[in-house]
Amino acid sequence: MNKVVDNVEVACEGIENGMTIMLGGFGLCGIPENSIAQLVKLGTTDLTCISNNAGVDDFGLGLLLQKHQIKKMISSYVGENDEFERQMLSGELEVDLIPQGSLAERCRAGGAGIPAFFTPAGYGTEIAEGKEVREFNGKPHILESALTADYAIVKAWKGDTAGNLIFKGTARNFNPMMAMAGKITIAEVEELVPAGELDPNQIHIAGIFVQRIFQGKDYEKRIEQRTVRQKS
Amino acid sequence: MALDKNQIAQRIAQELRDGWYVNLGIGIPTLVANFIPKGIEVEFQSENGILGMGPFPIDGEEDADLINAGKQTITAMDGAAYFDSATSFAMIRGQHVQLTVLGAMEVSENGDIANWKIPGKMVKGMGGAMDLVASADNIIVAMMHANKRGESKLLKNCSLPLTGVGCVKKVVTNLAVLEIVEGGGFKLIERAPGVSVEEIQNATEGTLIIEGDIPEMVL
Repeated sequence: MNKVVDNVEVACEGIENGMTIMLGGFGLCGIPENSIAQLVKLGTTDLTCISNNAGVDDFGLGLLLQKHQIKKMISSYVGENDEFERQMLSGELEVDLIPQGSLAERCRAGGAGIPAFFTPAGYGTEIAEGKEVREFNGKPHILESALTADYAIVKAWKGDTAGNLIFKGTARNFNPMMAMAGKITIAEVEELVPAGELDPNQIHIAGIFVQRIFQGKDYEKRIEQRTVRQKS
Repeated sequence: MALDKNQIAQRIAQELRDGWYVNLGIGIPTLVANFIPKGIEVEFQSENGILGMGPFPIDGEEDADLINAGKQTITAMDGAAYFDSATSFAMIRGQHVQLTVLGAMEVSENGDIANWKIPGKMVKGMGGAMDLVASADNIIVAMMHANKRGESKLLKNCSLPLTGVGCVKKVVTNLAVLEIVEGGGFKLIERAPGVSVEEIQNATEGTLIIEGDIPEMVL
């Protein structure tokens, strides 16, 4: 089945004000740069964004925050973005902070048809407030619900025309689970190849989870914390 | 003399055992990787999706697609593996990781930990810390004994929003190694070289349990 669309403009068609969008990536690693730029261009507003982080002030989701396109963020860690902190503390931005493992599992569950699950993460903390607690094996757990999205936007290293995806290094992170949890999943890839060229043994996410795929371009792949050692 | 950050990491590294998978948090915990005792093999997990994390890359060889949970560029050791975030936390929640080392703003004498939020001031989020502390069997906190205002971080009760309850087993600070005992209390295990029991007592707000002579750390 051919999932290819011509470009990012076509890929992002149908994204409307007020929608819920999942965006893959950890920090700036593995984020869908092309699609974020397109959302900025479209000026879509009142978005609920589900993403582990919120970018930095001038890159990643920070670009959407700058233009006040995001109404609500669902994330686990947002410490790299001053504008985010300002909007949150001033009440302009709704924020739901959730433990990273719960965020990952809630996306996975959303894509896997599991409506909710129990996890020990967050028991006894403020994130457990209002949530059902149940003991398993003598240990308290809290009930967390699945997450889905109108659109999930993911970034992969390689993809084929059937929508199969392969990720590189730690750029995989949240991309696979989010691909599963989107009603419509858009995949942008560094290298798009004809079906049959990728080894089926090496596929990380099967094309069934991807509705639109396109060849991305001009990846900046900005490094957040360049940390190196000298050759000894 | 109180320990510096590297020495805290060096002392924690003595807790490593052959064959362990270890998750190191941001800050002092990251430094533990520099002091792995000779003759043992451990593998470092970073919750953004790698097992077998290696040292920082040589200048010019950094790869934007290869970072740790602190968003720093890293390398991968021979035998490393990459995986998605759900699998990564399956390793953590499923107790496949033998040791978690993380920093804290406060620890209470019953093992509660606070390290993610200062209401009205700092809102960065918990990242993976809540999953890590709720799941790991063996949690060591690496931190300074007092905060920047000189107030004890080892308390009867945490005042900041909690990250987890009753989960910390051991604390290594610039002054001491302490174990959290059942029923509550910081049991003093070792002193930093040249630091007296009285100094540690004065710097500890929570209940300090002192039994017999307390040895100095050997670094």
